[in-house]
Amino acid sequence: MAKVLVVTSGKGGVGKTTSTAALGAALAQNGANVVVVDFDVGLRNLDLVMGAERRVVYDLINVVQGDAKLVQALIRDKRIENLSLLPASQTRDKDALTPEGVERVIGELKGKFDWVICDSSAGIEKGAMLAMYHADVAVVVTNPEVSSVRDSDRIIGMLDSKTAKAERGEAIEKHLLITRFDAGRAARGEMLSVDDVVEILSIPLLGIIPESEEVLRASNVGSPVTLASPAGIAARAYFDAARRLSGETVEMVVPMERKGLMSRLFGRRVA
Amino acid sequence: MSLLDMFFKRKPTAGVARERLQVLLAHERIATGHSELLAKLLEEIIQVITRHIKIDRDQVHVKLDPGNDMSTLEIDVDLPTVMPVASGR
Repeated sequence: MAKVLVVTSGKGGVGKTTSTAALGAALAQNGANVVVVDFDVGLRNLDLVMGAERRVVYDLINVVQGDAKLVQALIRDKRIENLSLLPASQTRDKDALTPEGVERVIGELKGKFDWVICDSSAGIEKGAMLAMYHADVAVVVTNPEVSSVRDSDRIIGMLDSKTAKAERGEAIEKHLLITRFDAGRAARGEMLSVDDVVEILSIPLLGIIPESEEVLRASNVGSPVTLASPAGIAARAYFDAARRLSGETVEMVVPMERKGLMSRLFGRRVA
Repeated sequence: MSLLDMFFKRKPTAGVARERLQVLLAHERIATGHSELLAKLLEEIIQVITRHIKIDRDQVHVKLDPGNDMSTLEIDVDLPTVMPVASGR
């Protein structure tokens, strides 16, 4: 049975697109048939983060409006054959998305893939609402920072009231993904701790992604971090999160950067 | 607290962040709950009235005044002097 997953946050810039690419790639690397769908119409970036920006011919809007067939718009990843991308339109705006069109496209994707991962736009406007509407599972991406936590709380409220599942009186499965976490700063009381964020938002924790240079390096070269540096701390955290999404029980570890001698001597001190 | 922090007298701020969020979100959750309740009430009140009297949507207003001990729900319906009875009754 195909699962529709929305990666959402309310606030922009917290790591939705990075997490969509990394979780999608990690699930595909574990053998699942995955499509990642960019719902950020007008400001698409999932193509760039996935390294497929020069292969976009047709997009979600073309398929929603019936101007292209789904198979024409899907871009198969060159590194993992069971990973595909459905890009957003860069020239149109969110009004081109219709609820009926989105429902038809999601239905078609469910027939082809195990996981349909929707990368939501920021905000609580039409694009974000349509991205979450058909979801079975939601990953709420949150930075350990006050404005991100507040916006996540708002989005959680909407997941519970404005999705198809909620309207049918069913519960939507929600998971918290904490990104850009710095264990040292949290230990020194400079940053909200994992426990703080989990307690405030009260949804189950899916994973803790550390603030890491690997994430920027991966997006620089257009590769999900789980492909670019699979042994790094960020990738390992995403692999664990992907396994939890698939129903496995994986022990939660707070990822810590292992510092070399030079950075121990000259870098910033770690608690 | 580390030696550096003691030296610079830098106070940890995460606790402040946590408390501010807890207070703020407690209020905001009630407020969004209220606005959803009001939207539902408005919809159903309009349905009940239009079963008997022809009115426009913008002739019905509902307002919730939250108080400490008691909250007030205000329902304001503008009715025309000669009431046009809805068909079917």
